[in-house]
Amino acid sequence: MEQTALGGMKVVEFCSRIGGAYCTKLMADMGAEVIKVEPPARGDDARRRGPFQGDNPHPEKSGHFFFLNSNKLGITLNPSKPAGSDILKSLIKDADVLVEDTPPGMMEKLGLGYETLREINPGLIMTSITAFGRSGPYKDYKAAHLNISHVSGQGYMLPIPAPDINRPPVMPGGNKGGYDIGITALVAVLAAYYKKGVSGKGQLLEISRQEALMGMQRIEAAGFRNTNVSVDRSPKLHRRHIGGMIACKDGYVTLLTPQERQWESLLEMMGNPEWSKESYCVDKEQRSQRSEEINLKIADFIKGYTRREIVKLGQSYSIPFSPVNTAKDIVESEQFNAVGFFKTITHPVMGEVKCPTAPYRFSKTPWLSKRAAPLLGEHNEEIYCERLKYDKEDLIRLRQSDII
Amino acid sequence: MKNGPLHGLRITEFTSAWAGPYATCLLGFLGAEVIKVESQRRIDHSRFIAFSMSKSFSTPNESPVFDSLNLNKKSVCLNLSKPGAVEIAKKLAAESDVVVENMRPGVMPRLGLGYDVLNEIKQDLIYLSSSSCGQIGPDREFIGYAPNFASIGGLSHDTGYPDWPPSNLMGFIDLKSATTAAYAILMALIHRQKSGEGQYIDLASQETVAILNSDMLLDYIMNDRVKERHGNRDEIMSPHNCYPCRGEDNWISIAVSSDQEWQALCGAMGKPELADDARFADMYNRWCNQEVLDEIIGTWTSQLEDYGVMEILQKVGVAAAPSLSSEQLYADPHLQEREVLRAVKHPVMGESWVVAPPWRLSETPAAIKRHSPLLGEHNEEVLNGLLGIPKEEIKKLEADEVVY
Repeated sequence: MEQTALGGMKVVEFCSRIGGAYCTKLMADMGAEVIKVEPPARGDDARRRGPFQGDNPHPEKSGHFFFLNSNKLGITLNPSKPAGSDILKSLIKDADVLVEDTPPGMMEKLGLGYETLREINPGLIMTSITAFGRSGPYKDYKAAHLNISHVSGQGYMLPIPAPDINRPPVMPGGNKGGYDIGITALVAVLAAYYKKGVSGKGQLLEISRQEALMGMQRIEAAGFRNTNVSVDRSPKLHRRHIGGMIACKDGYVTLLTPQERQWESLLEMMGNPEWSKESYCVDKEQRSQRSEEINLKIADFIKGYTRREIVKLGQSYSIPFSPVNTAKDIVESEQFNAVGFFKTITHPVMGEVKCPTAPYRFSKTPWLSKRAAPLLGEHNEEIYCERLKYDKEDLIRLRQSDII
Repeated sequence: MKNGPLHGLRITEFTSAWAGPYATCLLGFLGAEVIKVESQRRIDHSRFIAFSMSKSFSTPNESPVFDSLNLNKKSVCLNLSKPGAVEIAKKLAAESDVVVENMRPGVMPRLGLGYDVLNEIKQDLIYLSSSSCGQIGPDREFIGYAPNFASIGGLSHDTGYPDWPPSNLMGFIDLKSATTAAYAILMALIHRQKSGEGQYIDLASQETVAILNSDMLLDYIMNDRVKERHGNRDEIMSPHNCYPCRGEDNWISIAVSSDQEWQALCGAMGKPELADDARFADMYNRWCNQEVLDEIIGTWTSQLEDYGVMEILQKVGVAAAPSLSSEQLYADPHLQEREVLRAVKHPVMGESWVVAPPWRLSETPAAIKRHSPLLGEHNEEVLNGLLGIPKEEIKKLEADEVVY
């Protein structure tokens, strides 16, 4: 058996959003045992989110759920019933880490507040992910991911550049911000687990989704206080760079030239055109002032190339050119396939599905696929009967009482 | 004051720009000692330019961008083009638990500081290389910055409006890569804690972005679909957008996830009749008629202050939050109460403003203990104090531009 980085680590996940689910998926992929707790019958909300295989909105065919829950064990449980709360408590008693994303006060209401849990398991690392944290005037405010994207300062700056500032700012596409919250939380969880390996003690970790995304935006978020300017999405600020988003034959490419040698290489690549010898191009400050018109000249050179051609050419001059990829481009990318970014996972309902793995390669403890995402309640018997010693008749009674 | 969970660990980094430095900065918040190896010969450009602030600096010790990404660290100047400096770097690695580098693939081995060499010196070393595309594959030598990773990873294509060009994306993309590197290092540290074994991690920044697009990738893999960017819209929820508020460039984001919330929104707008309007009677109908709906809501919000709308709607249980600029983030009462933006004293800048660590740990708190290091500020402390190089010899090494 191959060794894993997190083998032996025990995690209980009680989450309904992407952040918590992604945080625990990353641990499961590296060998931790993760028990995912889903509401009975309905299951996790992610089961009702697309994309669905064959556009069939079947709860076991959501690609979104499939990705977020690989390598986890899945049970159904309703902790709002006293017997359900007791069961969750007994699972947490043996866990190293609990990740939960209920609103502030909810765990206490369920009889599962940190004070209670610490008493039964002093080694527990309880990770609480909330919208705005557990204190402050907005602590009880509701927020969908859209709201968090905007209230963290990310949305206000997008898209870059916005040709019309009177059109609403936008959130980053897809579910990205939810994943960002998951990876932010994970850093604290693993650091606390490392510490537990030394001290044997657990602790309470608090993560605010708003602050997690502000952390990802830390330069821009503090920008006003440092420079007296609130950078927005309007073109006047962003066009002062040489480069940007440039149209070519079959889409767009991104070009940057933060370093003088990259600007020089760019000119060389374009055959040192006459216009580039003008003083306003030679002088750095003037070049920045007139970047809009210079960018038009660069765009004129680039428009005859395909993305692939200009990226290859530019990179051969060590200029940071890159293609604007769609999903198709990434799935078919030679580079992504060469590094083994995709692997095929076999799922009992979906069959074989090519799936993104991880953005890194560990030399000794590689990413592993032990099992596909759990079917709804797939591990109820294993967890309830084998581990918690309920007998099968109890299982029926618990099901009849809407507890599992 | 209590120490962070990683107190006692030492990290040596050979990184520049944003993605490498912030990875170790996160671990530094958690108590690890981070030694930054840099050189006058090629100074980290984030000491001079601030991409997303459209600002540049003339000396290496006055950039709030560098400060924010290198808090708590020590700086030692080693000119790695000199063999003597490489020998010192090896000694540093021998005293470190973790080495992190983000040079172009091949550069560290060429300098004599590749994993194989350092692993021989320090058997249980954890060594992470962070690069644009990874250490293998046809594009491995391609260079790039955050906007490049965003475009390669599919985020540019996915962010913005379908009738506008794809969005350019700036710094926060690097911080995703940094956060990924931080948790990957922690996974390896946990493995080392159990097994005594170090390892090598090859991390690709473009993949750290692409993995967050897994939904989009799976839609193509399973259904051959390439989705267009869609502004603030959600696949299921409606209303789900940003709406104009009183004043200039002020916006409120509103997300409605149930019929009950919709009825509450109608009531709050003083339009209870809308709740009975067949066009908006359920989530499906609201989604199909979201353009009309957006106009109705926008007309209402445009007469109000952004914070006012948040208060009205949160009171009735509807998720609403303003799209905040950097200036508004600074003034926000919730963030002020939670001390999310903080001033750090700095010997050259006086003070610089940064975002606090994005987690709260009850027992082993994360902390900002000091400003980012001045260039070479800790030469003597590290070379003499840690490595035991006599002070006279350091003077000679300085004269020979080894310590430079």
